[in-house]
Amino acid sequence: MPTTTLTLGRALNAGMRRAMEADPKVLVMGEDVGKLGGVFRVTDGLQKDFGEDRVVDTPLAESGIIGTAIGLALRGYRPLCEIQFDGFVFPAADQIITQLAKMHMRSRGSIRLPVVIRIPFGGGIGAVEHHSESPEAYFAHTHGLRVVACANAVDAYWMIQQAIACDDPVVFFEPKRRYYDKGEIDETAPLESALPMGAARVARAGTDLTIACFGPMVKTALEAAAAAEEEGRSVEVLDLRSLSPIDYPALFDSVRRTGRLVVAHEAPVAYGLGGEIAARVTEECFYQLEAPVIRVGGFATPYPPARLEEHYLPDLDRVLDAVDRSLSH
Amino acid sequence: MSISTSNAAPVSGQASSAAAPEPEELVQLLTPEGERREHPDYPLDLSPEEIRGLYRDLVLVRRFDTEAVFLQRQGELGLWPSLLGQEAAQVGSARALHGHDMVFPTYREHGVAMCRGVRPEQLLELFRGVSHGGWNPKEHGFHLYTIVIGSQTLHATGYAMGIQRDGRVGAEGEAALAYFGDGASSQGDVNEAFVWASVFHAPVVFFCQNNQWAISAPLAKQSPIPLYRRAAGFGFPGVRVDGNDVFACLAVTRQAMRAAREGQGPSLIEAFTYRMGAHTTNDDPTRYRLSGELEEWKLKDPIERLRAYIAREGLAGADFLSGVDAEAEELGEQVRRACRELPDPRPMEIFDHVYAEPNSQVDEERERFAAYLDSFEGAEHEGDR
Repeated sequence: MPTTTLTLGRALNAGMRRAMEADPKVLVMGEDVGKLGGVFRVTDGLQKDFGEDRVVDTPLAESGIIGTAIGLALRGYRPLCEIQFDGFVFPAADQIITQLAKMHMRSRGSIRLPVVIRIPFGGGIGAVEHHSESPEAYFAHTHGLRVVACANAVDAYWMIQQAIACDDPVVFFEPKRRYYDKGEIDETAPLESALPMGAARVARAGTDLTIACFGPMVKTALEAAAAAEEEGRSVEVLDLRSLSPIDYPALFDSVRRTGRLVVAHEAPVAYGLGGEIAARVTEECFYQLEAPVIRVGGFATPYPPARLEEHYLPDLDRVLDAVDRSLSH
Repeated sequence: MSISTSNAAPVSGQASSAAAPEPEELVQLLTPEGERREHPDYPLDLSPEEIRGLYRDLVLVRRFDTEAVFLQRQGELGLWPSLLGQEAAQVGSARALHGHDMVFPTYREHGVAMCRGVRPEQLLELFRGVSHGGWNPKEHGFHLYTIVIGSQTLHATGYAMGIQRDGRVGAEGEAALAYFGDGASSQGDVNEAFVWASVFHAPVVFFCQNNQWAISAPLAKQSPIPLYRRAAGFGFPGVRVDGNDVFACLAVTRQAMRAAREGQGPSLIEAFTYRMGAHTTNDDPTRYRLSGELEEWKLKDPIERLRAYIAREGLAGADFLSGVDAEAEELGEQVRRACRELPDPRPMEIFDHVYAEPNSQVDEERERFAAYLDSFEGAEHEGDR
């Protein structure tokens, strides 16, 4: 199998390029995505190769990006929008929530809006305010949207193509502090051979406890599982990948085998996805659970200044602490 | 009192709520008295048949709207936003469109909808609560009603960018028409749509029905300058037209749409009109405006002036006028019947069309809810719902 070594960011670029080559209706649009190639260079070179009509440097207004993307989708295009940073999506929240998510139902199925919204998310890069947030729960709570998060280069390459091919709007979260993590990708494989976008993936098999996580936390959870192994604990890491809908059969299967669940995300624990997951797992796996579901994540505070983020973000030790609390039951 | 155009904005509460435009600012081809005027920039040559057609449109649209208000009062509709007074703005602009053009309405464009072939009962579905949208937009070149104020102006602009990418700008080209109101002119989305349309030179026309009131907020709360002049700041032409003059609305929209189709970019039309009724059937305009204002605007009624013109010019006989009235009455009856016959949706339809593709979350809840419904004694099978 011929593979190429790509960073997560380059894998996204290669995936977008392949989708654009396959379908002339795919457009890239956003702030600074053209000549500059995006602030993270994820769209680097696309405008040079596909032209300004297909890689559109937009005016600086997020609602305008999503609102015009909806109009382009109504005309038969498949817009792939970049929101520059997580904390800048909110000016577009109205178009995403009131229009993009609801137009298919409003039209009783006659309108399809295959719009993808790429959002670099999460902290850990020493950034200023609004550049380190994890707003996935807002969108997961908006039905009509699909919400996914990639965790590694391989998933980035395939999932971005699957999101573009999806006939429903997809909010696509990219772990910005993992943009430079590398993976081996077989670019010759057909898209159909990839794990479906809606499926969770066992990133590491284990028998004593499951950590459910996504995006940037997958790497942290894998490190925690490796550390736990040294203490004789076998921890399974489940990369959820799809946040709406969640692949509950895979999650329940894992929890039924291990009997214990820790949910880890960077977003605040309070009112976050972990709460929803804990409730569903409790409903469905009550008699297999050996301990209450433990959540580990951000605090019920706004994201702190960068010099404090190492305390705010759930790191290896905080995840291991959650693992210990579960195992001590 | 004319709208202040100085930099000093009117002090809150002091500005007139229905400031009259400067006479030279207003494109008018038919006076309130029903006299024809010529305008050097907007020549209009209509056959008697076309004029009779516009009259019929106006009367039918008003009759439909009146019936819908009645239906709300009878409890058949949850709500109705009446277009009373805005018939000429809607019919005039709608009749300027080609079949391939695409319209992006607010929730009050019943007259435009009828001109685009949407059936009256389809317009009632949203307001009766049987669906969120009663027609297929592609079949009519008429998008679904948008309730969030101003959102559709961006959709129209994006659609127009699609027209450009499809190579459909030119002599036989297509364009988009976005409706919005004076209140919406304050929304960020409308201003972003202006920026996008201007920067990308998109084939879109923005048609603002300035009906003077955003529920209870007068125009002065939205803008100290005439709305059409805002276009200049965005870099495209703006024009104010007598919104109660169906000829002027037709001529001005024709020209703007032609320019957009041919690649001359966007423009803004401000149709200066008046919302003669309440914002919706839930509203009580006597709390915030004087009846004298309404009486003044009644003298500028869009239908009366055309009827006067037709009579003066002898373009139709009494038979035609009474024939249209009879047709309108028939429409009223038909709408009444069709409204009551609109079937209630089945409970399980809640889950239909949330997603275009299969979705495990929705599927799971659908199954559970069906089982719940089936758990009642004597319940029919889920498949029947």
